[in-house]
Amino acid sequence: MSQSNTNPESAMIQCVDVHKWYGQFHALRGVTLSVARGEVVVVMGPSGSGKSSFIRTINRLEEHQRGTIIVDGIELTHDVRNIERIRSEVGMVFQSFNLFPHLTVLENITLAPMRVRKMNRERAGKIARELLERVRIPEQADKYPGQLSGGQQQRVAIARALAMEPKVMLFDEPTSALDPEMIKEVLEVMVDLAKSGMTMICVTHEMNFARNVAHRVCFFDQGNIVEMGPPAKLFSTPEHERTQLFLSQILH
Amino acid sequence: MSDTKKTRIPIWRDERAYAVLAQVAFVVVVIAAGVFLFGNLLSALRRQNIPIGFDFLPTRAGFDISDSFLEYTASSNYLQAFQVGLVNTLVVASVGIVLASVFGLITGLAGLTHNFIISRLARVYTEIMRNVPLLVFLVFWYRGIVFNLPKISEALSIGPILVSNRGVAIPWLLEGALSLPVVRGRIFDGGFVLSPELFAILSGLVIYTAAFIGEVIRAGVQAIPRGQFEAARALGFTGMQSIRLIVLPQALRVIIPPLTSQYLNLTKNSSLAAAVGYPDLWSISTVIINQTGRAVEMIAVVMGIYLTTSLLTSLFMNWYNNKVRLIER
Repeated sequence: MSQSNTNPESAMIQCVDVHKWYGQFHALRGVTLSVARGEVVVVMGPSGSGKSSFIRTINRLEEHQRGTIIVDGIELTHDVRNIERIRSEVGMVFQSFNLFPHLTVLENITLAPMRVRKMNRERAGKIARELLERVRIPEQADKYPGQLSGGQQQRVAIARALAMEPKVMLFDEPTSALDPEMIKEVLEVMVDLAKSGMTMICVTHEMNFARNVAHRVCFFDQGNIVEMGPPAKLFSTPEHERTQLFLSQILH
Repeated sequence: MSDTKKTRIPIWRDERAYAVLAQVAFVVVVIAAGVFLFGNLLSALRRQNIPIGFDFLPTRAGFDISDSFLEYTASSNYLQAFQVGLVNTLVVASVGIVLASVFGLITGLAGLTHNFIISRLARVYTEIMRNVPLLVFLVFWYRGIVFNLPKISEALSIGPILVSNRGVAIPWLLEGALSLPVVRGRIFDGGFVLSPELFAILSGLVIYTAAFIGEVIRAGVQAIPRGQFEAARALGFTGMQSIRLIVLPQALRVIIPPLTSQYLNLTKNSSLAAAVGYPDLWSISTVIINQTGRAVEMIAVVMGIYLTTSLLTSLFMNWYNNKVRLIER
């Protein structure tokens, strides 16, 4: 991986020249990105720029057609065993929460550890309660997702992903479906997580989160990264014209 | 001011009165129609000197029944013959419902796989079954397939199951031990033997209904949002685990009401057993009607029985549907 600018030993995720097509539409056009262990990368860009498609290729919710993706030393290929190993190391949080509505909050969190990791019920339950403590809703354990607010649901979703003890967390617009007062409670949990040293890739337009927590911000446009850098630099002196336009729109 | 004062609304302008009136009128019409029709029936029967009542039931039936789960000979009475038919229908319906659910589930999931050949096969099977009238299919299945199975001496063995044109023998618990069927000369020994007629009606109904149940399952699974599959995959569940733990429990809500209809259809369609010579409730009832002329009583009872079994099935499925419903707020 000579093209990568980060030391491969410390890189958690390495993407080199990743391409993806939806039929005729060229959605990802040679994305190259390397994320170090413990690094927090925020991905921004206009809708349809390929940022969601990109993070979804990292755990194979979307298949890339060209290029290499390596997660923690495992290359993502058609090998089913590799796909399973990578999925069990990568946690994902979705815009629409995607909690399992037929299970209680606790069951949502314990199901994967019990069925995928073969953990016993007591241990899984104990871990789940600790995680609920960590996302600050321990009292909701026995409710169903439909009985919770959006912000609470998203925090359960984060706890559910963390229960698999992932090495990487992917966030696909985690606050876009939330009311303003609920955004804060979700972001607080994400900030805690970033401070704990979790490797994170977050597609989000929360400027404050990016400014305070992100090590790097990637700006996507038309299926590729047009500009990348520390948030302070990228937000104050964006070089690319497309970045300037986008930032001027979201900063008013 | 005078508008807000509590004044009595005249009854001909009171909407509540209309609601009560409409219901009363409806009940009166229904009862009147019933009384008229029943009176008409009684006077017609009296004019033709036909008695009405169930006094004929304890008299000797005098006909043989080929398939029976109960003690029955030609010297048994009509009531016993009727009971034989009832049990036969209940056996076909209940075993049929279980098997059709299993094969329906397989068909539905096969239709959803990304494996081209498997999903095409499931589609072709479903389309064929949906477009052939059941009676036509049952006659074809019985005459064309079951009749032409191998002779008993060359019985086909599918695992422990033996298949021949003299019936199908399956392993069965006999006196507390599992008994495997074998062929001895021209008969099966051990196990449980389904006559060609029972096999034909049971397998015919199962093959037919499973195609419809497959469609119900497919629609139910497709009604689940894509995000649920994605969340399951992202957590590392295998395809089968996602279906079993995440998708099917949610799909049941959508599946159960149309599935209930399919169960009721299978139960009612079992009355086509006459077409393959299986003595079900309806075919035995027609024999009794022919011999006794008591058509009104027999048809009333048969309709009552189908109604009861259907209502019981519905009741159970509604209870189950309520149990799996999602809790919100």
